[in-house]
Amino acid sequence: MSLLEVRSLRAGYGPVEVLRGIDFHVDEGEVVVILGANGSGKTTTLRALSGMVETSGEVVFDGRSIAGARPEQVAQAGVAHVPQGRGTVTDLTVEENLRLGAYTRRDKEVGTDLERWYEMFPRLAERRQQQAGGMSGGEQQMLAIARAMMARPRLVLLDEPSLGLAPLITQGLFRTLGDMNRDLGTSMLVVEQNATLALAIATRGYVLETGEIVVEGTATELAGNDDVRKAYLGI
Amino acid sequence: MAERARRQRLIVGTVVGLAILGYLLWFPQQQAPADVRLWTTAIYFGIAAMGLNLLTGYNGQVSIGHGAFFGIGAYTTAILVNDHGWSLLATIPVAAALAFVVGVAVGIPALRVKGLYLALVTLGLAVVFPDLTKKFVRGVGGTNLVRVPSASLRPPEWMPGGLQPDQWGFYLALTISLALLGGVWLIVRGRFGRALIAVRDHEAAATTVGVDLARTKVLAFALSALYAGVAGALSVQVTGIANAEKIGTFNLSILFLVAVVIGGTATVFGPLIGGFLVVMIQEQTTDFVADPPFLSGFLSGKEVLSPAIFGIMLIVLMYFLPDGIVGGFRRLLRRILTRRQPAEPLGASVAP
Ligand SMILES: Nc1ncnc2c1ncn2[C@@H]1O[C@H](COP(=O)(O)OP(=O)(O)O)[C@@H](O)[C@H]1O
Ligand SMILES: [Mg+2]
Repeated sequence: MSLLEVRSLRAGYGPVEVLRGIDFHVDEGEVVVILGANGSGKTTTLRALSGMVETSGEVVFDGRSIAGARPEQVAQAGVAHVPQGRGTVTDLTVEENLRLGAYTRRDKEVGTDLERWYEMFPRLAERRQQQAGGMSGGEQQMLAIARAMMARPRLVLLDEPSLGLAPLITQGLFRTLGDMNRDLGTSMLVVEQNATLALAIATRGYVLETGEIVVEGTATELAGNDDVRKAYLGI
Repeated sequence: MAERARRQRLIVGTVVGLAILGYLLWFPQQQAPADVRLWTTAIYFGIAAMGLNLLTGYNGQVSIGHGAFFGIGAYTTAILVNDHGWSLLATIPVAAALAFVVGVAVGIPALRVKGLYLALVTLGLAVVFPDLTKKFVRGVGGTNLVRVPSASLRPPEWMPGGLQPDQWGFYLALTISLALLGGVWLIVRGRFGRALIAVRDHEAAATTVGVDLARTKVLAFALSALYAGVAGALSVQVTGIANAEKIGTFNLSILFLVAVVIGGTATVFGPLIGGFLVVMIQEQTTDFVADPPFLSGFLSGKEVLSPAIFGIMLIVLMYFLPDGIVGGFRRLLRRILTRRQPAEPLGASVAP
């Protein structure tokens, strides 16, 4: 069975329906990407999984239904969310942000994990006592990702990690995401407009258009699909 | 480099802290009872402000009704002492617990509102509270004023060496304020403190890391109420009474908030300093109007002007120290430290 199984998921804002019944799944250890243009409903999809918007449909995580659960319950179940715009707490230091990420944990290994993420992101180690608000966009994105990983999640939801970052930084970031998935086996669901980089680390992918999934397949299939190439790879 | 600066700060902080503590321990031995009572008042204002700072400074919920929780603490203590013969000391935990419970009860419906609306709801609390006491409290001559016997203000038997009631009150308030200061310090550096700040700055981010918004906000509300309740209980030791009037309860609520802001919001020590300043400035402006050092006779008898002078002094203070006393002190310290130390090398590393 899949780690995350989503069936006929609908979601919206008040009377406006954004997701019109989508089905997808993420298997243990996979990186799955959802591609889609601006406004197609990518952010809403992740918000629906995290319990931040009204939904209907089935969401089963690790064999348990999390449909309609509140965001903190979803987090406690083992799903971490790196929101669009990063969501770092600007008045906390880098280290406090990371410790905040471990909010749901009660074990004694938080310190060990801190060091691990400092090793992975030396930039954060240099700035541990600095307020997160003073950092560049790339550094804040690293912090947001490291903070999500501090929860030791089984699944990480990433909302357009490339947004607003310089191409070189984005490349480094995706390489790190690939490493994390390979080394720790953490499953990831990434929504992106930057298809090239996302498909490079993904196992499978879906294409979302105005709230419906129109194409699905392996990363290689998607990269070879003509429509996908035209719309998202700019070829 | 950063390590050395931190050690320096720790040493300076310890020395300054011990010096202040030494002075405070010596203070009541030397001063007139009225001055000791004034300083005790400053300390319990600081306690109420410390609690309000947890709510408003760290958690971003503005309350202009904490005079009511102060009143709950004061009435709990005064009634238990006067009507039930408790020792004043023993009433303090009860006052704290009751304020906490009422804080939970008010905090839960307050979850529905934010910002200005929350301020208005808490204002309602300050307005309703005096009416409730008038309805339910049977004090002196049927009023809502409860007076405790002066014998109850004496130190307990087990206290050493002939302390006067005012000296006892001072040491009691000082001890409790230090314990509660330690409480704030532990809270803001720990898991709950990070949650408070995350909820204030970014609710969505807080919930996605697993913070329960409702529980965090209600607990912040209740803790701040507890601090105000303890302050109210201590006020009985100083004034010998519990009382609540419309203007008085509202005024207290505002003064607590003012103390937080001028001391430094979301700082550990700021509210204590702010509480001290609010009490002292108020005292000075009242004295000043009653007995002006210059303009002889021009201001005397115009006590109505003292709030205006108080207000002007606050505005001047906030103009020069927009981030409060502690914020201003930090900037000063940083300027001194950076002048003495060579700048750290920049940009030595590359993003992964
Ligand atoms: N808070 C909101 N309230 C109402 N409509 C929204 C809100 N957020 C997004 N939408 C609408 O939902 C649709 C999908 O948005 P979103 O999920 O953010 O798309 P994407 O992340 O793919 O750019 C858009 O038409 C957008 O206007
Ligand atoms: Mg989006």
